[in-house]
Amino acid sequence: MKILVGIKRAVDYNVRIRVRSDGSGVETDGVKMSINPFDEIALEEALRIKEAGKAEEVIVVSIGGDEVQQQLRTGLAMGADRAIQVNTDEALQPLTVARIFAALAEQEHAGIVFLGKQAIDDDSNQVGQMTAAVWGRPQATFASKVDIDGASARVTREVDAGLETIEIDLPAVITSDLRLNEPRFVKLPDIMKAKRKPLDVVTIDALGGHAGNGISAGHHAAPDARSRGIMVEDAAALVGELKNRGLL
Amino acid sequence: MSILILAEHDGSQLNPATAKTISCAAAIGGAIDVLVLGDAIDSVAAQAASLQGVNRVLATSAPHLAAPLAVNHAAELAAAADGYSHLLGPSSTYGKDVIPHAAALLGVNQVSDIMAVDGPRAFKRPIYAGNAIVDVNVPDDQIVVGTARTASWKAASDGGSGSVEARPAAAEAAAHTRFVGLESGGGDRPDLQTADVVVSGGRALGSSENFELIYRLADKLGAGVGASRAAVDAGYVPNDMQVGQTGKIIAPDLYLAVGISGAIQHLTGIKDAGTIVAVNKDADAPIFEIADIGLVGDLFSVVPELEQLLD
Ligand SMILES: Cc1cc2nc3c(=O)[nH]c(=O)nc-3n(C[C@H](O)[C@H](O)[C@H](O)COP(=O)(O)OP(=O)(O)OC[C@H]3O[C@@H](n4cnc5c(N)ncnc54)[C@H](O)[C@@H]3O)c2cc1C
Repeated sequence: MKILVGIKRAVDYNVRIRVRSDGSGVETDGVKMSINPFDEIALEEALRIKEAGKAEEVIVVSIGGDEVQQQLRTGLAMGADRAIQVNTDEALQPLTVARIFAALAEQEHAGIVFLGKQAIDDDSNQVGQMTAAVWGRPQATFASKVDIDGASARVTREVDAGLETIEIDLPAVITSDLRLNEPRFVKLPDIMKAKRKPLDVVTIDALGGHAGNGISAGHHAAPDARSRGIMVEDAAALVGELKNRGLL
Repeated sequence: MSILILAEHDGSQLNPATAKTISCAAAIGGAIDVLVLGDAIDSVAAQAASLQGVNRVLATSAPHLAAPLAVNHAAELAAAADGYSHLLGPSSTYGKDVIPHAAALLGVNQVSDIMAVDGPRAFKRPIYAGNAIVDVNVPDDQIVVGTARTASWKAASDGGSGSVEARPAAAEAAAHTRFVGLESGGGDRPDLQTADVVVSGGRALGSSENFELIYRLADKLGAGVGASRAAVDAGYVPNDMQVGQTGKIIAPDLYLAVGISGAIQHLTGIKDAGTIVAVNKDADAPIFEIADIGLVGDLFSVVPELEQLLD
């Protein structure tokens, strides 16, 4: 079985986000970029499935300009076998991304398309679900446990009410939640080895192209900031203050 | 303009997220219909019909819709979308699972987490864990599909009198996906997402035994209980208690953060709270930068004191 893992280049989760003063977007110049944390977890799980002898190949895919090769190389250093860059300078919308993943899944005869549940930049949380719809295959989103059993998988999902378990036939789309695993650290020799692993560049047109008119983004604003309130000395003062404000 | 809303429920009770989504729809304008999917859902359909602003409830009852499997539910939603200008659901885990799948079946993108409506096709939504708010526009030639960020909307009140119509299932059960079970962590405390008061504990609690302190304080306040990711990851409490970017986004009148540092991913979940109280032994903890009332102290003495004072 082959596992296709989508990895998005995103602003590192530790970076303090600043909205550009002209409202045109979020400042990304000179800002640290990393693999979207949820995608890193998806990749880690794919690697563990392979290491357990349940998959033969892990392929990392990223969509973007040449800068995404940096994240693909990190993915290869973590242990992926090869990488595919879907080359474009445009920011694509979820449905187009889903069509690309579905087309690649068909081309590669993937058993699992493993994605993060959301990217921490646009926070859309759509691509996995849309890939399943376009591909016509099962979806198991927000996974916190994945057991592969031959041609099916048992997936525990983090839902508002608790933990839901479903069983899906492969091929399928799985999206990772944070508690699925803790990704490994990349070691220096692995970075050297990753340089020799194959990285193919393909065009969007070769994969079905655009999904028509998208949703357009306009002005960006910083959120209404909450500000620092008052400090109280002790528990009694806290209770007093809450009573004053009519909260108790 | 006409809007179809996907209802969320547990088989017997309509989830309050549905009433909040109705408020979002009301801000858009137009007739509001609600689609209830499940098995033997007469009572849920009646609850939906009694919400203010609801014109008509479409109830699709079939055994394969009893479990909230996205493939089955999205197929029904997409099939029912014909003739509507908008299709909305709550941005709960259920809505996030189902709505994008339906959007893709309809060949459109989705507006996630609508927090404000500027026009029938113009919305505000948070990105970067709520650190930026972006204005988005949906092109005229397509159905608007979106999820409503529930913390941004007040629940529509009761007192409506919509009609209920049965709608036969449009699709067969997907053979490739099977529901196994749901393990729910919840007890009988107020629901975290709708409670007026929420007390949350963080890594500082140190163990599930110590987390009892938080439960006891919460019970004194009649509060729901939440937690930081660190407390969930460490196994002190179940995952459904996590508050934040990847947990629940909540808007209680009063939020007490105990032994929580205030990472941006946690703060994302409480931005809309009325009053935020923080108890932390580190005076420089970032949580104090946004807390309305802060108390520097050791939670292991402060919390029992609070409990006593509230007697
Ligand atoms: C992609 C991503 C998504 C995330 N999503 C979430 C999310 O949804 N929700 C979330 O909460 N986090 C989330 N996180 C994690 C987040 O970054 C923090 O790691 C987490 O919130 C820290 O939890 P904490 O405040 O309990 O622990 P810590 O940061 O360790 O803070 C513990 C605090 O307790 C205080 N303390 C210690 N002992 C005492 C005592 N005796 N009395 C009083 N105070 C004491 C300390 O001073 C400290 O401030 C996410 C991270 C990533 C990367």
